[in-house]
Parts: sequence; C-alpha cells; structure tokens
Amino acid sequence: MNNENTFKFDDLQALLRFSHGRLTDTCFLLLHVADVRKAKKWLDTAPISNATESDSLPDRALQIAFTVEGLRVMCVAESVIDGFSDEFIMGMSGEESRSRRLGDIGMNAPEKWDWGGESKKIPHLMLMYYAKENAVKDFRTSIETEDFVKAFHVIHELPTLHIGEIEPFGFKDGISQPVIDWECRQSTNAHEREGYSNLVAVGEVVLGYPNEYGLYTARPLIDEREDSVAACLPHAEDKTGLKDLGRNGSYLVVRQLGQDVPGFWQFLYKMSASNFDKCELLAASMVGRRRDGKPLVLKSVAAIPGISTQNCDNHFTYDFDTEGYQCPIGAHVRRANPRTGDLPPRVTGIINRVMKKLGFDQKQEEDLVASTRFHRILRRGRSYGPKLAPAEAIKADAEVAERGLQFMCLSANILRQFEFVQSAWSMSSKFSGLQNESDPLLGNREVLMNGERTDQFNRPSAKGVTEKIYNLPKFVTVKGGAYFFMPGLSAVKYIASLPIKEDT
Amino acid sequence: MTAQSSFMILSSVKDTKIEELTTLLSSMNSTIPAHADPKNDLLPFGRFPRLHFARFVIIEAHTADEIEAFGIAARPWQPTLAFFGEIDGDIDSFFTELEDLASVGLRKIFALCEKFPKEEENLQQWLKKNNTKSNANYVNWIGRTVKHIHEDDALHQSLAAYLREHKDDIDKNNTLALRQKLLSHVEMEKYAGRLTLTAEEKTPLKWKMFNFIHMIGVPLVLVLLSPLFLIMAPFFFIRLRMLERSDPELFIRPEHSYLEKLTIQEDWSVSNQYNVFGDIKPGVFRLLTLKFILFLVDYFSRHVYKRGFLARIKTIHFARWVLLDDNKRAFFASNYDGSHESYMDDFINKVGWGLNLIFSHAVPYPKTSWLIKQGAYREQQFKYTQRLHQLPTEVWYKAYPDLTNTDLARNSRIRKGVEIRQSSVDEIREWLHLI
Repeated sequence: MNNENTFKFDDLQALLRFSHGRLTDTCFLLLHVADVRKAKKWLDTAPISNATESDSLPDRALQIAFTVEGLRVMCVAESVIDGFSDEFIMGMSGEESRSRRLGDIGMNAPEKWDWGGESKKIPHLMLMYYAKENAVKDFRTSIETEDFVKAFHVIHELPTLHIGEIEPFGFKDGISQPVIDWECRQSTNAHEREGYSNLVAVGEVVLGYPNEYGLYTARPLIDEREDSVAACLPHAEDKTGLKDLGRNGSYLVVRQLGQDVPGFWQFLYKMSASNFDKCELLAASMVGRRRDGKPLVLKSVAAIPGISTQNCDNHFTYDFDTEGYQCPIGAHVRRANPRTGDLPPRVTGIINRVMKKLGFDQKQEEDLVASTRFHRILRRGRSYGPKLAPAEAIKADAEVAERGLQFMCLSANILRQFEFVQSAWSMSSKFSGLQNESDPLLGNREVLMNGERTDQFNRPSAKGVTEKIYNLPKFVTVKGGAYFFMPGLSAVKYIASLPIKEDT
Repeated sequence: MTAQSSFMILSSVKDTKIEELTTLLSSMNSTIPAHADPKNDLLPFGRFPRLHFARFVIIEAHTADEIEAFGIAARPWQPTLAFFGEIDGDIDSFFTELEDLASVGLRKIFALCEKFPKEEENLQQWLKKNNTKSNANYVNWIGRTVKHIHEDDALHQSLAAYLREHKDDIDKNNTLALRQKLLSHVEMEKYAGRLTLTAEEKTPLKWKMFNFIHMIGVPLVLVLLSPLFLIMAPFFFIRLRMLERSDPELFIRPEHSYLEKLTIQEDWSVSNQYNVFGDIKPGVFRLLTLKFILFLVDYFSRHVYKRGFLARIKTIHFARWVLLDDNKRAFFASNYDGSHESYMDDFINKVGWGLNLIFSHAVPYPKTSWLIKQGAYREQQFKYTQRLHQLPTEVWYKAYPDLTNTDLARNSRIRKGVEIRQSSVDEIREWLHLI
C-alpha cells in the first residue's frame, strides 16, 4: 500500500475533508436556475472552497451541490446523467418504494414536505455559505451580485442556527465520524478486516477512488472524443481513455428533520415519574450517549483503527454488550453505527473462525447486523431553531418553536450507505432482532402491515425484565429532503462550460 | 415433528394470453402490488392452515440473448406460469385441499395456459402430475409449522400484553414470582380458550427412516467415491480455471424502468420475495458441477442448516433452486426478511463464497476465481446482474406478514419456556427478556 500522503486535495470541495466547525454562521440556499447562461457564467468563477489545507483557518467557505434536475438544466447530457446512481436520478422523493424504505410515510410523506417533495419544490442546486459569527450576511452580499440574482431564483432558505456543539434535544453531536483513509493505509481485503475499524476507504465517500470492496463505484465516465468539454476532467483511474465526471465528487444527502424538543423532554419526564435525574438517564439510553457525549458502554481495550485511545467518547464497540444492558440495542447511536466487524466478535483461532464463518457456535440473536464498514456516512449537519435546555423543556409552558436538524451527509453510494443505515438500521422495527421498536428519536411510529406496533422502546436490564416504554410519540418529522451531487472542482468547470442547448 | 414440503406447478403461457393472465392474477391481490388478499375468491390462501408461503410468477426470459456472448444461439423460451409454495406435511393431501377450496379459481387461471386440467380431469391428479421437484430446497426451521407459528405468536402477544397491563404492579426484580404469575396467566388463558398450545405431532416413521438413511447414506457414498474425486480433482480445477478465465463477462446495468417494476412490490412489510432466472453457462462441466453443488446444498439444508441459519444467513424463510428447460436454465426463489439491499449485502459480506459456488455457473455472473473468490465480491456488478435477472412476482402470500425468522425463533423459545420450566434464575431472566 502507498504510505506517502500523495492525495491531491485541490480538486475536492472542502466539505469532504472539513466540517467547517469553526464557521458557525451558515446559510443554505436552495436555488432554481432562472437564466442558464448567467448561471454558467457565475458558476465558472464561483469561489468554491477546495480541500487543501491552508496555514491559517479560513474565515469563509462556499460549497455547491446539484440535484439531477439541476444538472439537466445546466445542459448535462442525458447519456452522462445515466451514469449516476439510480437513487440520485430518481431523487429522495421520486419513488414510493424509496419513501417506504426511508420511513417517509404518514406525517413524514414527501407531499407534506416544505421542500423537495412536489416537483416544483425540488431545488436545482444548493449553495452552502459558511462564515464566522454574524459574518454570513456580508459573505452573501459579496457573492449574490446583480448577475447572480438574475441567474438564480431562491426557492427556499434552509434555516440554521448555531446553538453550540449540541443538537436541539441537547445532546453533544458529531462525536463519531468515519475517518477517511486518504493515504490508503488500511487494506480492504476481508481477510485482514475482522473487527470494527473507524477508517474507511476514500472511495466510500469520494467518487473515483477504490471503496471498501477495493472497487470503483459506478459514476459517469465520458469519452473525450465525443465530448470535448470533458477535457478539463480528471482521468478515470479504472478505465483508460475515459474522463471521470464523478472523481473528487460525492453525493450529498440533505434532510430537514423537525425536532419536537418540548414534546421529547416532557414525555420522558412523565415516563420518569417527574424525576429529572431518571429522565436524563432514560434520554441517554434512547440516544445511546449521555448529554455530554459520554458513551454508555465501557471503553474498548482492543485498539480501534482510526480512533485514538485517548478519545474516550469514541473508543468503544458493543462487542461486550450483546444483550444491550449497558446501551440498549435500539438506542439511536447504536442503530446508526453498530460498530460491527466483518466477523462476529471474539473469534479465537482458525477453527473457530471457520466455524463462525459457517454460522456455527453462536446464539440465534447474534450476528444479525451487517458489517458496519460498508455502511458509513460522513455527517455534515447543522441545527436550527432557538436553544431550549432540557430543564426548561420539561415545563408545560416551554417555548414552542421550529427546531431541528438540517441533516447532511456525504457518501459515494446513497443506496448502500445512507439508505441502508436509514432503512435497515434506524427505521427497521426488527433491527438486530428487536421487537416493536424503531429508532427512539427518528421513528415514524407507523404500524406494520398486519398492525404490529413500532412505538415502543425496550431497555434491557441485567437484573430483571426488560423495561418497556410504550406509546412513544413522534419526536422527529421530516420536513424536506433531496439527493445532491457535490462535484469536484473540475467537474464544476465542466458543468459551467457545457454548451447551452438550443431550446433553452 | 411435521416436516415441510414444497410444490411447484409449471405451465407455459401463450403470448396472446399473458395480459389476460396478468390481469386475472392481479385480481387476487389486495391494494398492495403483488401482495395477495388472503381471502381472494380465486385462491383464498388464508383458508389453508398448512400454507407458509405461496406465489404466482410468470417466468419470462428477457435476458435470453446474453448466452450469445458464449457463441451460442439463444434458445426460445415460452413464458411460463409458475405456482409454487411451501407447506407443512405431505403434498398429496394439500393438493386435495386445493381441489376442495380453489378448484374453480385454479382451473380459471390454468385455462389461460397451454397445459391445463381438462374439465373431466381430477385437479388433484393434474397438480400431482405437473408438480416439478426442486434440485435443492432450503427451509429455515424444519418442523416449525404454521399452526405452531400462530400459536406461539398468540402466546407471546398474550404474555406481552399481561406485562404491559401489570407494568406498575409487578416486582420486576423478583423473577421467580413474575414467572409464576405469567405461567398462571397462560393457564387461565388456555382455560378460557383464548390460548391454545397444541402438542407437537409425532414425526411420521417413514419420514424419520428415510431422513436417517439419507443423512448416513449420502456421506457414505461420497466417502466411497472419494478416491475417484481425488483423481478427478486436478482435471477439475484445470478445466475450472480455464473456464473462469475465458468465460465472457457482461456488465449490464438494469434499466431504471425495470427496477421500478421490482421495487414497487418490495418493502411493504418486514419480508420480501425474490425470483431470479437465467441461463446456465454452456457445457457439461458447468452443468454437472452445478448439479453436484445443488445436491450438496440440499443435503446440508436438510441435515445441517435446519435450525434457523444457512451459514451466517438467518433471514431466509424458504428458498429453492430448480433447473428448467432441459437443464439449460435455472430458477431460484426465496422469501427473506429485510429490504432487498440488506439481503444482498448480507449475502455478499457473509456468504459471498456460497453464492459464488452456486450462481457462478449462470450467465452472466461476475467472474469468479477458484469457484469461491471474487464473483459476488464484485459488489456493484453482482448487484446489477442479480437485479437484471430478477423477475417480478404476480401474487405473493405469506401466512405471518409481520414476523421475521428471528421473531419466530424467539416465540418458539418463549413457548418452550412455558412448557419446560427453567431451573436457574439466569435462565428465567433470559426467558423473561424474550417477552
């Protein structure tokens, strides 16, 4: 494997490498293209931030991403678009079957969304501004020139508000992120990958590089002889003679999740017989972490690649908590990242390894969760709405306001990564053999086909019976969402340079 | 114990009748695409207490041209209606039940096919005559009957409801007392006729004997033949590697419109159905290897993987492999828990080697090496190939829609705990956790 850090960051958008955490003032604009010619002109010189490291921290960043409609409007050929994944082409709200898998049914259904549901509310592109405190307004003024205003039409502005390192329910957020293996230090060969690792192959997040299977995810490749504009694009590593529109780009999933903060805390407070300490414990068991981010399971003794042993908040797996006594199996963070390896835990020696591979030597309820490394996402979300501390939220007269998360994540394969995590892990009422419960925070509480309920939360205890919380209300409602392609900077140039079709 | 059996009735359909047949079959469905209404007039699936799963599929060969890459002309294939399912106990009596309860409906359906029961013909006899045996079958849990599944589920629901009702007045930490309360609750419910726990049926002696002889006999014969295998092995692997290197590879991404036909039927509840159909690679070598492997799969399913798992896969309820068209084509069908994507990922990451062993003999499976390597591990290519070869289902019936294999296994354990009292506190606690 290549040990030198030779990765070229200058063609990647910065968001793939940095979360812009210090830039707390943000603005996400959903745009429609009003004038293609002007839009292309603006795009050609747009100061989009790249992922190279600079000596001083930047005080501004601009990122851009397109929906499939946006690419079409910008005159990307249909034959090129066909090279993108089906999920991206169809869009988050484009098919009922997708909505079913994502749990976007009932009150979460796309037709109820503020944006991204009905076709005229699907944006063409999203512009993301990041700036220091109170500085986004000036940043916007500098970007949104007269030509910009003629080129684009703002269809929606996603609200954001920095309330500290926490999400609206009050829990520390963004602690666990996959670490991208830019230097390709880790083998993707299954024989060398038994346990959980927090390092993921570049190709899991960035298109055009080998993924966790050691292969290249499908993406649009263009023959330069047929499309001379493509000359500005990087070469496809796996197909000689072709240009790679996907390379250095990624898919960006955006979902606006409305959070009922008073509803959440008041319900838990009631379930805890109005004892605030118990209420906090219950909340922590639903989230899988305490409010300050401390995990509920003990620190892992074995090393975890990609996580420093000093990082107490993240250096753990659930290998020694198979029953969920410490952290309930259905807890939010355990569903979103079950920290499983390729093989079930505690493999000892060759014979045991073969036995485990053949399915023997384990209990019925073990080994039900897929290997985590194929299902990681890089989160880049931001919260919105005024801060409401839990101690305030439990009061009956707590201030009601629009609060929530602009959930954003990057991945190279929406279906295998984001959609899998959302459907098989978060929303599934059968995750890891559980019963009657989906994600305690995200669950839509809809009953199954034959009426089986999904609105419980099970908290196993080592002492006696499982404590069950019944009739969980819905705490999170999907308000909007879309799939975007966040191109590499050469690909932005390509999109800007494509000739305008006659009929536009 | 009552063992499970499977049936499959095949009859080709005239091209002109396909539309009519599709319409007729879809009249059996509820408002959900391809999901049977258990009370439909044509075949009221819900009235068959021994039926686990059933399905109507029109097998069409839209990928038949692929074999031309091997320099062989595509064989014609007449679209064929397949009606198949899994039941408890013996097939003959099930066919009689079909005749009793669905004679009119089935005759109406098969009347649109080329092979159909004539008016004067006995339907049961006709079904028996046209029943196609699978080359390999997989059953998640041999001996678990529909009747027990429903009884166990009712028991679980009743116990869970009791805990819910009494959640404030039970001492959760006194496990012994709690178990006693639950057991008396079960007795009361049984007495009131709200719960039934039928004793397990006796295993038919004939089945037991045959199963035993099969279990011992097959390895015995294989051991006797082993010197022959040893001699053949080098030639086998040389030929295998030659083919693995030379077999043409096709990388075809399925059209979106085709995927839509499949996904529209999926993820309505916790389980899904799956059919895949394609050509077997040409030549005797591939056919014999496949047949031998399927023979082993069938053996292992029957004697080894009969209690809840197939290697590391626990999500399959039933599966079958059938060679069709004079061994030129293969059909695979399964009922599984979870979404299609998770099914495929589970397969690739947990038993990719097993998939390769079986499916690498079909056109145009991704290139394998040494029979078990690569293949399915070429993730995207594998996923495209299987989706391209997947067939939509016309009608699908599952007798216990919201239950997964894990649920079924758990319910059985709950029941076992009612019937056989645990001796230690730990065991009691484990039992209580199941509820």
